[in-house]
Amino acid sequence: MAVPRKALAEAKRLEAETLLAAAPLPAGAHAGWARDARASARSRLLEMGAPHRRDEYWKYTSPESLIAKDPGEAAPRADDADPFDGIGRTTLVFVDGVFAPDMSDDPAEAGVEIQPLAEVLAADIHWARDLFGVLEAAGQDPVSRPLATLNTAVAEAGVAIHATGKAGRPVELRYIHRDPGSDVFLRTLVRLEPGAEMTLLESGAAGARFNTCMEVSVADGATFHHVRSQGREHERRAATALFARLGAESTLKSFTLTANGKLTRNEAVLEFTGDDAVAHVAGCAIGDGDFHHDDTVFVTHDAERCESRQVFKKVLRNGAVGVFQGKILVKPGAQKTDGYQISQSLLLDEKSQFNAKPELEIYADDVQCSHGSTSGSVDETSLFYLRSRGVPEAEARDILVLAFLDEAVQEIEDDALADAVRAYVADWMERRRG
Amino acid sequence: MLEIRNLHVALEEEAKPILKGVDLSVEAGKVHAIMGPNGSGKSTLSYVLAGRDGYEVTEGSVSLGGEDILELEPEERAAAGLFLAFQYPVEIPGVSNMVFLRTALNAQRKARGEPEVSAPEFLKLIREKAAELNISSEMLKRPVNTGFSGGEKKRNEILQMAVLEPRMCVLDETDSGLDVDAMKLVANGVNALRDAGRSFLVITHYQRLLDHITPDVVHIMVDGRIVETGGPDLALRVETEGYGDLVKSVA
Ligand SMILES: Nc1ncnc2c1ncn2[C@@H]1O[C@H](COP(=O)(O)OP(=O)(O)OP(=O)(O)O)[C@@H](O)[C@H]1O
Ligand SMILES: [Mg+2]
Repeated sequence: MAVPRKALAEAKRLEAETLLAAAPLPAGAHAGWARDARASARSRLLEMGAPHRRDEYWKYTSPESLIAKDPGEAAPRADDADPFDGIGRTTLVFVDGVFAPDMSDDPAEAGVEIQPLAEVLAADIHWARDLFGVLEAAGQDPVSRPLATLNTAVAEAGVAIHATGKAGRPVELRYIHRDPGSDVFLRTLVRLEPGAEMTLLESGAAGARFNTCMEVSVADGATFHHVRSQGREHERRAATALFARLGAESTLKSFTLTANGKLTRNEAVLEFTGDDAVAHVAGCAIGDGDFHHDDTVFVTHDAERCESRQVFKKVLRNGAVGVFQGKILVKPGAQKTDGYQISQSLLLDEKSQFNAKPELEIYADDVQCSHGSTSGSVDETSLFYLRSRGVPEAEARDILVLAFLDEAVQEIEDDALADAVRAYVADWMERRRG
Repeated sequence: MLEIRNLHVALEEEAKPILKGVDLSVEAGKVHAIMGPNGSGKSTLSYVLAGRDGYEVTEGSVSLGGEDILELEPEERAAAGLFLAFQYPVEIPGVSNMVFLRTALNAQRKARGEPEVSAPEFLKLIREKAAELNISSEMLKRPVNTGFSGGEKKRNEILQMAVLEPRMCVLDETDSGLDVDAMKLVANGVNALRDAGRSFLVITHYQRLLDHITPDVVHIMVDGRIVETGGPDLALRVETEGYGDLVKSVA
């Protein structure tokens, strides 16, 4: 039964009001521009309304628990190890969304400039002014992303990273979850100046419910690598948004590993504004049982000769649900665009399910775009081949699952980081062997 | 070594009989060849020996070294020393050839209660065997059979056999698709493994392979049965005369 349009809009607006009323106004000093950005986010949110299950963009994933007053309870896992433990890096730790300096490395060693978000919002820093809420606002067209707007309006914690040269080692934001009822908002700003290079790692569940938004501006010739793991807690919920704008000849590679979690919505919104840039977004999701995982990606080509790749793989068992909504938009004049998109799921039983909505929208004539989506089970012939060589069935299945995921893992450029992800997945599989 | 007695096999899905009473006994140290027209059941026999799903043994028995293997899982048969070189080796993207072989070797050793082979030991072993088969280290690193040419796939099967050192080797048309040089490499690989404790069952359509690997016994399979058994000259006869008379004798 169709809800009248007007009634739906009104319901969404009311819900947005409730959301804003529930979150305290960000305290702390704000520079004029930051105050304006917050205020603009509030009014934009009221205008677009809260996400609603009747929204086309939320067709496969219900936003209700992401906006409910009660964030829900999620048992923290003390044994949720950091997959990047073996990697030399500068780590900044947040416990239930609060920065924990005593558990963190000295940010001065990071090779990039790192400041608390609050500090940046209080000052007159022009790169931050051009970024905070700006990419998020630009990313609202043609589809609204109210959870990110909410983040702009209310998130107080987080870091602002400014890279001016080539960082020697990765920076990790480590999100520890301790309070079973924590409702966490984090905001990350990243600005890479021309030619700069850095790797940002993120890991951990962060809270019972986690709303995080990252805006990344990659200037001409700069390179940004991003690898994150969302922990392996079962009950946590997360809505993440990555907004990136790429200058000429720049590179962005973002990879996300999701193991477990009741609900995950990962949005990535990328825009090419300079020619000859490269952006890859990839992800592996491994879910067992009460698991709903949604990758929603929107790539806009507004420059010539840019390459975008989306590679998303999901392994689903015991009724786990996977969703992929991916779009490549090629604007007029974005000639020689090379766009690739693949989303695949491996369903380990009949109860699990995968919904994919791949889209291409192309307004230039000289482009190369392809997309594909598949859903299947473990290949019996391959399984028999491995077993015929002496590999026991359970181990053989795991090998095939890892092999299935590997196309996405290979999108991680650094071998040590890719191996860390592989090891994490292998452990997850091994724990599930019958 | 391998005793096949009155083996009847039907396809599970269609209840269609394929093997209709195969009797075959391969003694330790011997090389037996099976020839026969397309569709006569040769690959089916090899799959049933290796334990592939989808086939139902309706009658008969198979034992390896005196042990009944029909109830064993494919991996248990492998650990017991059975190896099948596939007619169509399987491509497995995302799994490196090298990792695959080491996992297989160690799984078998573990199943037999033997110590696992260390990474450096394995590397030495595989390099040596690969060199004999003219398999490059680049091929070893590539995903299993992925993008390999037909001949490369067959050589890769023999490499696996050489590393795993089974006692009962079943080769299903390992010669098809091989050029003259590759055929020699494969034949040398097989001959290098021949010894008193190891037996071979070689399925082939051509005398060519048997020129290099001289069989002790040749069987002709027609319509799911062994219809004739003889010495190496039987293969020569088939090569010149075809299966005509043998097929007729069944019909
Ligand atoms: N899974 C299957 N489904 C349907 N038919 C099958 C299946 N497996 C085997 N058959 C049939 O069983 C018969 C024997 O097949 P098999 O592959 O064993 O023959 P073969 O002797 O190896 O032939 P070739 O010389 O062509 O390799 C054929 O008629 C084949 O079509
Ligand atoms: Mg065959």
